[in-house]
Amino acid sequence: MAWRIEVSEKNGFYDAAGASVTRDIRDLGFGGRIKEVRTVQVYLLDGDLDEYGIRKICDNILADPVTQNYSYRGNVLEEKGRKVVEIAYNPGVMDPVEESAKKAIKDIGILGVRAVKTAKKYIIKGSLSYGEIRSIAEKILFNKVIQHAVKGRSAIPPEPPPYHFTLKHIDMINADDRKLARLSKDGQLFLSLDEMRAIKDYFKRTERNPTDCELETLAQTWSEHCKHKTFRGLIEYEGKTIKNLLKQTVMKVTDELRKPWCVSVFKDNSGVIRFDDKYNVCFKVETHNHPSALEPYGGAGTGIGGVIRDPLGTGLGAKPIINTDVFCFGPTDYPYNRLPKGALHPKRVMKGVVAGVRDYGNRMGIPTSNGAVLFDERFVGNPLVFAGNVGILPKNKCGKKSKPGDFIVVVGGRTGRDGIHGATFSSGELTHESESVSGSAVQIGNPIQEKKVADTIIQARDLGLYNAITDCGAGGLSSAVGEMGEETGAEVYLERVPIKYKGLSYTEIWISEAQERMVLAVDPKKIHRLKAVFDRENVEATVIGKFTNTKRLKLFYDGTLVADLGMKFLHDGVPPIKRKAVWQKQVFKEPRKNTGKDLTEDLLGLLSTPNIASKEWIIRQYDHEVQGGSILKPLQGPNQGPGDASVTRPVLGSKKALAIGCGINPDYGKIDPYWMAASAIDEALRQVISVGGNIETCAILDNFCWGNTNKPDRLGGLVRASYACYDIAKAYGVPFISGKDSLNNEYSAGNKTISIPPTLLISAICVMKNSEKAISMDLKKKGSALYMVGLTFDEMGGSQYYKMRGSLGNDVPRVDPVNGRKIMNSLAKAIERGLVLSCHDCSDGGMAVALAEMAFAGGLGVNVRLDPYAMPIGQELLLNDILLFSESNTRFIVEIADEKKFIAAMKGLPIWKLGNVRGDSYFNIYGPDGKLAVTTGTGRLKSAWQGTFKDM
Amino acid sequence: MGKVKVVIIRTAGTNCDKETAFAFEMAGAMADLVHINELAHKTKNLDDYQIMAIPGGFTYGDDIASGKILANELRFRIGREVESFIRSGRLIIGICNGFQVLVKAGLLPNLAGDLETIESTLTLNDSDKFEDRWVYLKRTGDRCVWTREIDHIIELPVAHGEGKFIPKNKNILKKIRDNGLVAFEYVDRDGKRAGYPYCPNGSVENIAGICDRTGRIFGLMPHPERYISPYQHPGWTRKSGKMRDGDGITIFRNGVNYAGKYL
Repeated sequence: MAWRIEVSEKNGFYDAAGASVTRDIRDLGFGGRIKEVRTVQVYLLDGDLDEYGIRKICDNILADPVTQNYSYRGNVLEEKGRKVVEIAYNPGVMDPVEESAKKAIKDIGILGVRAVKTAKKYIIKGSLSYGEIRSIAEKILFNKVIQHAVKGRSAIPPEPPPYHFTLKHIDMINADDRKLARLSKDGQLFLSLDEMRAIKDYFKRTERNPTDCELETLAQTWSEHCKHKTFRGLIEYEGKTIKNLLKQTVMKVTDELRKPWCVSVFKDNSGVIRFDDKYNVCFKVETHNHPSALEPYGGAGTGIGGVIRDPLGTGLGAKPIINTDVFCFGPTDYPYNRLPKGALHPKRVMKGVVAGVRDYGNRMGIPTSNGAVLFDERFVGNPLVFAGNVGILPKNKCGKKSKPGDFIVVVGGRTGRDGIHGATFSSGELTHESESVSGSAVQIGNPIQEKKVADTIIQARDLGLYNAITDCGAGGLSSAVGEMGEETGAEVYLERVPIKYKGLSYTEIWISEAQERMVLAVDPKKIHRLKAVFDRENVEATVIGKFTNTKRLKLFYDGTLVADLGMKFLHDGVPPIKRKAVWQKQVFKEPRKNTGKDLTEDLLGLLSTPNIASKEWIIRQYDHEVQGGSILKPLQGPNQGPGDASVTRPVLGSKKALAIGCGINPDYGKIDPYWMAASAIDEALRQVISVGGNIETCAILDNFCWGNTNKPDRLGGLVRASYACYDIAKAYGVPFISGKDSLNNEYSAGNKTISIPPTLLISAICVMKNSEKAISMDLKKKGSALYMVGLTFDEMGGSQYYKMRGSLGNDVPRVDPVNGRKIMNSLAKAIERGLVLSCHDCSDGGMAVALAEMAFAGGLGVNVRLDPYAMPIGQELLLNDILLFSESNTRFIVEIADEKKFIAAMKGLPIWKLGNVRGDSYFNIYGPDGKLAVTTGTGRLKSAWQGTFKDM
Repeated sequence: MGKVKVVIIRTAGTNCDKETAFAFEMAGAMADLVHINELAHKTKNLDDYQIMAIPGGFTYGDDIASGKILANELRFRIGREVESFIRSGRLIIGICNGFQVLVKAGLLPNLAGDLETIESTLTLNDSDKFEDRWVYLKRTGDRCVWTREIDHIIELPVAHGEGKFIPKNKNILKKIRDNGLVAFEYVDRDGKRAGYPYCPNGSVENIAGICDRTGRIFGLMPHPERYISPYQHPGWTRKSGKMRDGDGITIFRNGVNYAGKYL
């Protein structure tokens, strides 16, 4: 029998969830009209259950005996005179609580429960119409991609009907071009006509039509997401043909540098470098932009969940130890009436993304230690969500090879209809119809499932129970098995794959992107021992097939062959694409500089702009100290200023550490992707240097997010950015070890298309010998000297200062990596020798923002004079605002105890003395003319910086 | 005499197990990570240990309510073993999620003495948010063996979303106070009770940790295992010279020393 149980806080106990919904509704502009919101948790239980059982379940599991009431006979709260909204999951969407609830009920000895579903009821008091409540609900209480507002009462949806097998063929060998194009579009295959023709030719040669499963397999494997066709194809650019842009630029740096500590690069699921005598570390950063645009919470959560599985699937499995996250959103105050059709409001996207990453990362027990958040109008509709993970693995567990005869074992979560077409969906553009067409591409993660998988895999790894491993990411089993069996061949019996519910077709099983699954290659002799490891911790491990020596991929369903493809065609059959790239430098107007006047308000304004203002509300929601290795945290000093790189000790009891930094600046990308990429590299390295790292043991990762690269101008920008990656990283001597690209980040509604600005995220990882030498950015001591390291130029294009004033500018900051390398190396040595008390890199907002952050973080003021004579030869006397707010690269502000030694250490390099640290809170900067350019106090600086997102 | 043996209980979603084991090892004990299923299936035996630790994490994803499902496993799957562990005078510590488990299993504060009556709870922070921040703590009660000799204000990080301590009623609160069971209160840097963010969750009377009447069962929301080395403190870069150990280690040493002496 079915029971409905309602649980709510007792009167007199604070309903914290209800209170935050009330705040959110007020935030939407309903002000005092909303009096109170109460939340009710609804559980629907079905099974062989009597009243005694239900009471036992409620008393022991569902309701807190101290703070909560429950009712299994109607409403738990009075609803008279209030409006009620109940939100439930759509059929087929995983209910995250179901599995735990079933287990808990079994634990207390009640065995008859078949199904558990949950819903949430909001009881709203206030003078709002039902129409208004409906619109509020759509804006903040649910997302129709995964949930719905219940009409009447929630019920457990009936089980889907069982699947009746019929083998489907697609008529391709007789299709003309028009039909081929339509097949691709209607089937959401996102394959080009050339690719469809190649598939047609292949099947013509085999004298039969493909099955739907074969066509889907090819679409997944050949998707831009999996194959990086743009980067690896042919590009015509400035009269030359570039063959494989990635190899010619990013990968070439690593090839030429030949760093002995690079263990495995651009091969495995993440890049591997040496850490110490026992361990290597690996790092991967991915994006999950399109799913996060449609369902921010689920999209971002599965983004971090997915990237964690990359290190877990690297070598024979790495233990995940650090998360990073970088987000780009539309402005949070964007007017609702200007939102493109179908797009979610940026504020909602932001809150959902932050919560999604929080809930997944925290539950996995991985510290989130480094990140950035940026805002721009061009991210409305198409946010960027970068998620990264660092793993650690023993040196002798870095290789893998599946052998013919090995069992194919799928481990972890069950397969459902979630995430069908994720790989192909992410390779296309977003439109206002994406939500209805591609809704099933969005998934909700179950971090505890993944945690169980990670825990058990590491145990099985250490016992040597499998030969190879990879994650089920985009493309699901089709990609994982296809990849692992590329050299050998594989046979899979699809009916053996454990499924969440009935009704899945063989093709759905094969391409589902259900989360939290890994695939192992296991010697049959070890299968019992392997299964015992997983059984012990309630993780499913199922043999679904075996690796063969046929070099073919064969899939069966209930004994019928449903797919039979040559591995060579599957992996190498995609026709190389040839694209045109054009770059024409756009010239933007350079706004007039501010001269002579007091720039205090400008500095305070800059500190409170969304890009610069404190992200403490996000940082604190992420556990950045779990695992116990956090040495330098994201917020530093007694007043919590923004740190540069984070420093983490992955091995407890050892001083050796990892510094993790990042560089990103989409505003530069609007002007010139070359210098945007160059600046991103410089910034990531600066962060690492600032905390006591160095560039000699530093590696970087690239994540390109671009608009539609079918358009020659977009592709031209990509080529330029790639060239910069080669030029700058090579000159700095820093290898790339992994990377990923996400193209087609455009949002179309009607005839309007918004393309994101060309954006490259550079993530840096540096192995630090002794973390006790690390330094933070907060000013430490009255009287110590302040120096600027590096040169300042009149290059304000794309600066935050211009952005605040509503313009873009044209002269984007450049990078001089030859001198930059010298500066960074000498500064790193000075820090290692203990000559530097604090250091902060100059990035967004220039030196004035960096200095202000150092001052309020440490609670100490400064006396500083901008000295034009210390500027490089040939430069004219610069204006205050350039000196203060220019974002010239390779610059640091350092606090020095022993000036003599520091000057000697930096001999021959551009350093200039700024002034001294004060003992009080006065923050004074004098211009070259000796007049005060900025005068304020550290308290005001801090309030400006902390005020913007205070009420999030 | 051999080393004190600590069983660190883990299950799906436990995530502070390794650093908790490390902290006990630094305090001179030997620590085993044991899955709850191993205890339920009797492949591992609680009797072999002097100290049981339930570490932080998100067991079962905090689904339904934090700590609840593991609490029920302690009661319903290994209830007898847990009871005999406690009756034989051994020590238990629950940190963060582990504290939630002890409270929801009825093992803390256990004024009724029956190891099952639920007398208090830990619920959603007033902010409705998970938060990671450092707090100042003051020892108030004198009953707890784990907090002996902590006479100055100490600092530890908290990282939780459901840490608001609520006793069932005033009577329970009074008994907790009268018996000296409040091990730690959230305070400001001068040692005075203060509001958010000093008290990160809205706990009744700023209670951060409590023990039972024997003083041997102890639970707290802050994470002592995250402040063993001085370099884990957010302000270490401002200090110079030789730094003393992190404040958290004392708690582990107290437990291990007590067990070594009496168990």
